Amino acid sequence: MTPMLEAHNLVKQFGAFTAVKGISFEIQEGEIFSLLGPNGAGKTTTISMLSTLFAPTSGEACIAGYSVTKEPLAVRKLIGVVPQELALYDDLTARENLSFWGQMYDLSGRALQTRIDEVLDQIGLVDRANQQVKTYSGGMKRRVNIGISLLHKPRLLFMDEPTVGIDPQSRRAILDSIKELNQQGMTVLYTTHYMEEAQELSDRIGIIDHGELIALGTQAELRSQVGENESLVLRAAEGDDLETFTSKLRGLPGVLQADVVDHAVTILTPEAEDILAPVISEANALGVKIRSVDIQEPNLEAVFLHLTGRALRD
Amino acid sequence: MKKIFLIGLKDVRLAFRDRAALMLMLAAPFLLTLGMGFVTGRLTGSGSGGGVSEIPVVIVNQDGGEVAQALVDLFQSDDLAELVAPALLTDPAEARQYVDLDQATAAVIIPAGFTQSLVTPDASPVPIDLYTNPTRPTGSGVIKAILEEFNRRMAEHRVSVAVTVDQLIANDLVPPSEIPLLMERLIAQEFTADSTAPGIRLETVRTGPETVEFDVLAYLAPGMALMFLMYTVSNGGRMLLAEQSRGTLPRLLVAPLNTAQVLGGKVFGIFLTGAAQMFILIGASTLLFGLNWGDPLGVILLVLAAVAGAVGWGLIITSLARSPGQVATIGSAVMLIFGILGGSFADLSALGPVIQMFSKITPNAWGLTGFSILAAGGTLPEIAEPIAALLVMGAVLFTAASMIIMRRGLAQG
Repeated sequence: MTPMLEAHNLVKQFGAFTAVKGISFEIQEGEIFSLLGPNGAGKTTTISMLSTLFAPTSGEACIAGYSVTKEPLAVRKLIGVVPQELALYDDLTARENLSFWGQMYDLSGRALQTRIDEVLDQIGLVDRANQQVKTYSGGMKRRVNIGISLLHKPRLLFMDEPTVGIDPQSRRAILDSIKELNQQGMTVLYTTHYMEEAQELSDRIGIIDHGELIALGTQAELRSQVGENESLVLRAAEGDDLETFTSKLRGLPGVLQADVVDHAVTILTPEAEDILAPVISEANALGVKIRSVDIQEPNLEAVFLHLTGRALRD
Repeated sequence: MKKIFLIGLKDVRLAFRDRAALMLMLAAPFLLTLGMGFVTGRLTGSGSGGGVSEIPVVIVNQDGGEVAQALVDLFQSDDLAELVAPALLTDPAEARQYVDLDQATAAVIIPAGFTQSLVTPDASPVPIDLYTNPTRPTGSGVIKAILEEFNRRMAEHRVSVAVTVDQLIANDLVPPSEIPLLMERLIAQEFTADSTAPGIRLETVRTGPETVEFDVLAYLAPGMALMFLMYTVSNGGRMLLAEQSRGTLPRLLVAPLNTAQVLGGKVFGIFLTGAAQMFILIGASTLLFGLNWGDPLGVILLVLAAVAGAVGWGLIITSLARSPGQVATIGSAVMLIFGILGGSFADLSALGPVIQMFSKITPNAWGLTGFSILAAGGTLPEIAEPIAALLVMGAVLFTAASMIIMRRGLAQG
């Protein structure tokens, strides 16, 4: 069976800067596939190439068998794109926005009106459909942004960090709607730098950093890369010298890796409880005031830390 | 084609929902026209029949010959009695001072030797010195038009007089010593009151029974409309770059359209918005000021051509700018420069030849030329040149801008 998406050695250069360095992966029909990586890792550029916005410098990609470089119009009919920024006309109402974009996807007449009503219902904006988008909250705009990409019922939906900058309630609604769309048969390529979102949604995950795909697999496969190691997260008082503290910790037995992330020290270790006492002792010796201690099971954050030596939010 | 149309219509809708843009697209040119209408007296009823009248002009006759006197008599004739208010002076410097002090619209100085140059075979006519007041462009234009008509008819008549005199000489009917005086009288007769030739009037006489009076608003209104048309087209360009950075343009580029459709739709939107602006201003000035713009078909075609020329400039500005802010800044500067160069503030004929030459690059100048012709009762064939110039301007600039934009990439600013 032809994969829904095949990317082979995609490269994108902007002048001397290489944003994407030879990425290859496949997505099967019905999958939710996440590209997880920090800001600037190359996620948006990858989606831009796959959605035919930018031509790759080299490499090739196919959507349902159609080449993104040779058959862009055929590809565009199959895909929906939810851009990271709110690509809406603020001076138009939600209904006018949906109507315009629906016509761009060859919908018209009664079919267009029916589909607009369905999408408005789906994104929960029936009551405010005739108000200008500029009067909406950030979360409502995000929902219209998604709704536009659903009008023509795409087979493959690209979602580029659709939850950035919104409240938890709207975020929850968006994640639930993605699961629902997937249950209806839609294939989804989701990019995020939130580990929790990738964990909750994805069948498979590609971890991307500095334009390279550094790991690819199911969550279980990725977690196995860090073995059964746990993460010990220590939060300290403002102003404490965590860099010195971390460098001392790296010399302790049982500490595989130690890094400072968001003024917290994250330690990768086979058994967190065993190293807790020497870690506290080292903190006391250096005058570091520990405010909280948290032991986390192996997760994607640990995988990223293990692979790159940095936290996702670095 | 349908999608190009839909993108264009959407952009028109967006432009007309932008209150700040509406102020500059419609309110500003309308209010400026209104204000200038009051300043010129067109809207206060101080003018005659709504047009310019009793234009103060000072005349200095240093020549004293019969042809020079014929010109003086012409300015003092009943035909021009309502239009001009002539005063005779003897000193050219004093006459110019009247103009400098804004006490006269123009000074007409007939130099010594003027008549003699006309009656001397093969001699070049000594030119009449016209000194105009740049703050009164319309009145200056009227005086200039009277002089041009006088010169034209005098040149034509001089040829026929020369032929007549040649025949008289050949038949020995007149002694050679009397030839200059005879020529002088014959040329001057063209403009005497009992001449059978029609008098010079600032009316465009057509084949039909109607005559069309010159209306100062017929110059001011299109001047302002064309100047603010430049704002509209540069604002359209600004919106194009704003759509790039806002993400709606990239979103269009991943919809099932090709790049030419997207660019075509955006350009069509700018064109439609500009045309809508012009037609609204024309409609409003017709209804509220009773302004006669002339032949409706000519007006429609001229508006479309002027918008095409202006859109070309808007696109060039857009293609060279790097951000919406740059388009707005450059666009405002170009709007003002073209307004000055193109005659929106001052009658082009009152400006120097160098400025007149540069004005040809502006859609304002060509548009104003066309609208002036139409307002004076001109017909479609008479505005063929401005229409052709505007269309060529639009096509050349559109092609150049499209190449720059496509090379840079429509998705990237």
